[in-house]
Amino acid sequence: MSEILLQIDGREVKAEEGMTILEASRTVGIDIPTLCYHEKLEPYGACRICTVEVETRGRTHLVAACLYPVEENLVVRTRSEKVIKIRKMLLELMLAHAPEAGVLQDLAQEYGVREVRFEKEPSFCILCGLCVRYCAEVKKKNAIGFVDRGVRREVSFIPEIASKECRNCKECFSLCPTEALQARFLLTEALMSPSPSFEPKSEE
Amino acid sequence: MDDDKIDKIINKYQGDASSLIQVLLEIQRENRWLPKEVLEKVSKKLKVPLSQIQHIATFYKAFSLVPRGRHEIHVCTGTACHVRGAPRILDAIHRTTGVGPGETDSDLKFSLETVNCLGCCAMGPVMVVDGKHHGKIAPAKAEDVLKNYD
Amino acid sequence: MPRINSPAELEELRKDILLKRDQNKPCIAVCTGTGCLALGAANVVTAFKEEIKKQGLEAKVDVRETGCPGFCERGPLTVIYPEEICYLQVQPDDVEEIVSQTILAKKVIDRLLYVDPITGEKIVHESEIPFYKNQMRLLIGNNTKIDPKSIDDYLALGGYSALSKSLFEMTPEQVLEEIKKANLRGRGGGGFPAGMKWETTRNAPEEVKYVIVNAHEGEPGAFMDRALFTGNPHSVLEGLIIGAYAIGSHQGYIYTRHDTPQLIDNIAIALTQAKEYGLLGENILGSGFSFNVEVHLDIGIFVSGESSALMKAIEGRTPEPRPKYIHTSVSGIWEKPSNLNNVETWANVPPIINRGSEWFSSIGTEQSKGTKLISLAGNISNTGVVEVPMGTSLRKVIYDIGGGIPNGKKLKAVHIGGPLGGSIPESLLDTPVDFDELAKVGAPMGAGGMIIMDEDTCMVDVARYFLNFLTDESCGKCVPCREGIRQMLKILTNITEGRGKEGDIELLEELSEVTRDASLCALGGGASNPILTTIRYFRDEYEAYIKEKKCPA
Repeated sequence: MSEILLQIDGREVKAEEGMTILEASRTVGIDIPTLCYHEKLEPYGACRICTVEVETRGRTHLVAACLYPVEENLVVRTRSEKVIKIRKMLLELMLAHAPEAGVLQDLAQEYGVREVRFEKEPSFCILCGLCVRYCAEVKKKNAIGFVDRGVRREVSFIPEIASKECRNCKECFSLCPTEALQARFLLTEALMSPSPSFEPKSEE
Repeated sequence: MDDDKIDKIINKYQGDASSLIQVLLEIQRENRWLPKEVLEKVSKKLKVPLSQIQHIATFYKAFSLVPRGRHEIHVCTGTACHVRGAPRILDAIHRTTGVGPGETDSDLKFSLETVNCLGCCAMGPVMVVDGKHHGKIAPAKAEDVLKNYD
Repeated sequence: MPRINSPAELEELRKDILLKRDQNKPCIAVCTGTGCLALGAANVVTAFKEEIKKQGLEAKVDVRETGCPGFCERGPLTVIYPEEICYLQVQPDDVEEIVSQTILAKKVIDRLLYVDPITGEKIVHESEIPFYKNQMRLLIGNNTKIDPKSIDDYLALGGYSALSKSLFEMTPEQVLEEIKKANLRGRGGGGFPAGMKWETTRNAPEEVKYVIVNAHEGEPGAFMDRALFTGNPHSVLEGLIIGAYAIGSHQGYIYTRHDTPQLIDNIAIALTQAKEYGLLGENILGSGFSFNVEVHLDIGIFVSGESSALMKAIEGRTPEPRPKYIHTSVSGIWEKPSNLNNVETWANVPPIINRGSEWFSSIGTEQSKGTKLISLAGNISNTGVVEVPMGTSLRKVIYDIGGGIPNGKKLKAVHIGGPLGGSIPESLLDTPVDFDELAKVGAPMGAGGMIIMDEDTCMVDVARYFLNFLTDESCGKCVPCREGIRQMLKILTNITEGRGKEGDIELLEELSEVTRDASLCALGGGASNPILTTIRYFRDEYEAYIKEKKCPA
C-alpha cells in the first residue's frame, strides 16, 4: 500500500491508498459528522452530512467524505463556510421528519440550527438505510428493505422473513438514529400476529 | 397466474438474477399485476432477496402489486402536453371515473396512469385508452370517450 | 441471407441490391413514427396496400412504412418517390385518389400539399417546405428513404461502409483519434467529449469492457432519440460496433424503454439482420473482431437514465445512482469499464468515419460540432423533430422551422433541457444551439427537448411542474435531493395555491443551492435549474404571485 500525503483543514495527513477522506480524517482526530456511515457496512453516501470541500487540480468540489478516495496533494476543508451552510440545511430538512432524534438535535446545536423553517411531518425516519444495509450485508437476512422511490421512499420489513428472523436479533434497533425502526417493527409484528377472526386458516 | 407460466418466463432467462427486471416485466404483461406469491417464487428461483424484489416492484410505476382495471387509461403529462392542458384532462377523468393517477376503481373498470412522453407531442394533450390514442383532446371529450367503456 | 466475409463481398452485395432496384419505380413512403401512428397512419398504410392490390400494381409500386421524418404536426405524412411529392394529413379516404392521380396519372393533388402560411404558395417537394428547408438533416434525413425493418435499404444508402472502413483500413487507435479530432460531444445531456470517454474505457486495465446505447429518453417532451432509433436502427448499431472496435469491447447493451413496441421490434429485427449478414457477432466481416449486443428493456423513470443508475438496472438491481468519484467508464456494469453514449451520439459515428473529422468539425461552432436533434413542442405551430447545425439561433429554430407561436399569441419563454434544464425569456432568443452558450444562460441543452411557451404560461407553474415531476422520478436515496425537492415543491405549491409568503423566494434559492451542491448525482445537481432560471428571468412573476395570490400570466 503506497502512502498518500494530503492536507485536511491545514494539517498534513498521511493516508493509505484506498482510504476515504473520512477514514483519513479520523486517523488524526478530525471530526466529520456522519449519519448513514457504519464501519461494518459499504459506504452509502445518502445523508450527505459528511460533505466536505476538496481542492484538486485547481478546482473546488463538494464531495461526500465517506466515499471520496484520498489523493496525493488533495486539499480538504471539513468546515468551510459552504460546508457549514450545507450541513445546517440538511439538518433542518431531516429535523422536519425526525424532530425528536437526539443525534440530530445534538448536531443542530453544534451547527447552530435554531429553527426549522419547514412544516413538520414526522415520519421519524431519515432513510439512512443502516437497518436495511446491516440486515443485508452483516446478517445476510434481508428482513427489511426499501420500498417505493422519490419522496415516497420508505423502509419496510418483509413480514414473512421478519417473523422468523427478527425476534431474536434486533441488532439493527440500536443502529437507528431516530428510533423509527422500533415503532415500525412493532407495527409489522402486530400485523403478522395471527388473528383467526380475520384470516380463517385453510386446512392444515 | 399458474406456476408453469412463471417457470417458463424464468427459464427463458436461465434463472439469471440480472434478468429480474425483465422477468417481472413479462409477468406483469402476462398477468397485469404482481401477486405476492409470484414475487416469492421469483425470489426463490432467481435467488434474489425478497426485499430487493419488493424495492424494484414498488420503484417502477409500470409494476402493480394490486389487480388492475379492465381498461388502462394513460394520460401523457410530458411537458408539451402539460402546457397544452393535460392537468385538466386528469381532472375530467377523475370526475367521470373517480380514479386519480396510479389508482384503480373498486369495480376494477379503469386504471389510470400518467406517462412522461408518448412521442406524439403534436397531438397534445393525449389520452390513450387500451392502446387507442385520443389526441388534442378537450376535457369534455375525454369524459365522453370514457362513457363508452364498460 | 448470405453471410458476408469481407469488405469486397459487402460492396458486391451493395451493388446487387442497387442493381435490383429501379430508381424510377414509384414508392409511397408513409411515416409510421409514434406521432403519425397516433394520428392513424396504420390505417393509411393498409388502405394503400389494398388499393395497390385492387389496381394490380403490386409489382409496379412499392409501399414503404418509414420512421419519423419529423413534421409530426401535419401527420400522417406521405412522400411519393421518385418525385419526392410530400402530402400532409393523409387519410385513408385520400388513398384512392393518390394512387390514381399521382402514381398513375403523375398529377399532384393540390389540397394535400403544404401551403406556405405567409405567401399562400403551395409546396410540392418535401425538401422545399420551410420546416425541412431550414434544417440540416444529416442523421434524421434518411428516415423516409428506408424501411427500418430492412437492412438492405440501409445498405443501399451506403450503410455499414464506415464499419468496413474502420475494421479494415483503420486501427482502433485511428478510429478513436478520428472521433477525438471531430470533437464529438455526448448528446445525452452532459456534452462530454465522446472520444475522451472512449479512451478512458479503452485504457482501463480490465480486459472485459462494455459499450452501451442509452435509448432511455426519460426527458418528458423529448422524442427525437426514439424517432431516430426507430426510423434508422442500423445507423445507431453501426456506430456502436465501430465504438466497440475502438474501445476493445466485445459486448454491448442497448438500454431502452419497455413501452415503445415499435422501437423494440425494429431493434430486434436490426440485430437479427446484422447478425445474419455477419455485420454483428463472431468475426465481423471476416476481420477477426467479434461483438455481441443484448437488449435490456427498462421502464421509463427519469433517474434510470443516469449512467450509474442505468448500469445497475442492467445488472437487474434498483436503478439508484452511485457517486461517480470513480467514473463508470472505468468501473460500470459489474465493475467493468463501461462506455455509455446516447442514441444520437452513436448515430454520429458512421458519418464521421466515412467523411472524416474535418468535415464534421466544419459544421457547428467552436466548441459544439455537428448537428443537433431537437424535439420541438409546446405552444408552437410545427411540433416535430428538428435537426440543425450547432450554432443555429433559437429564433431560427422557433420561427423559421417551427413556424412561430400559434393563435396569434406572443412567445414568453423557451424551456430547454427538460427537468434539469432551464427556461429563458424572449430576449435571449438569439442564443445559439451550443452546449456552452446555453449552459451560460442557465438552460443547459440536456438531450435536446425544447418546449415553447406562450404568454399565457405561468412560469411559477412551470417550475412547479418540473419539481413535481422530479419528486416522482428521482430515486429518493440522498437527503438533499429527496428532501430539497420535497420542500421546494411545497413552497411552489403554496405560492400557486395562493398561500405564498414573503421570504419564499429566498428560501427557494437557499434550498436550490444546497440541493445542487450536496446531492449524490446529476439529477439532484440539476433539479433546481428550472427554479433558478425562472427566478432569474421571471422574478416579478413570483413576487406578484406571492403578493396578489394569483399569477399575472
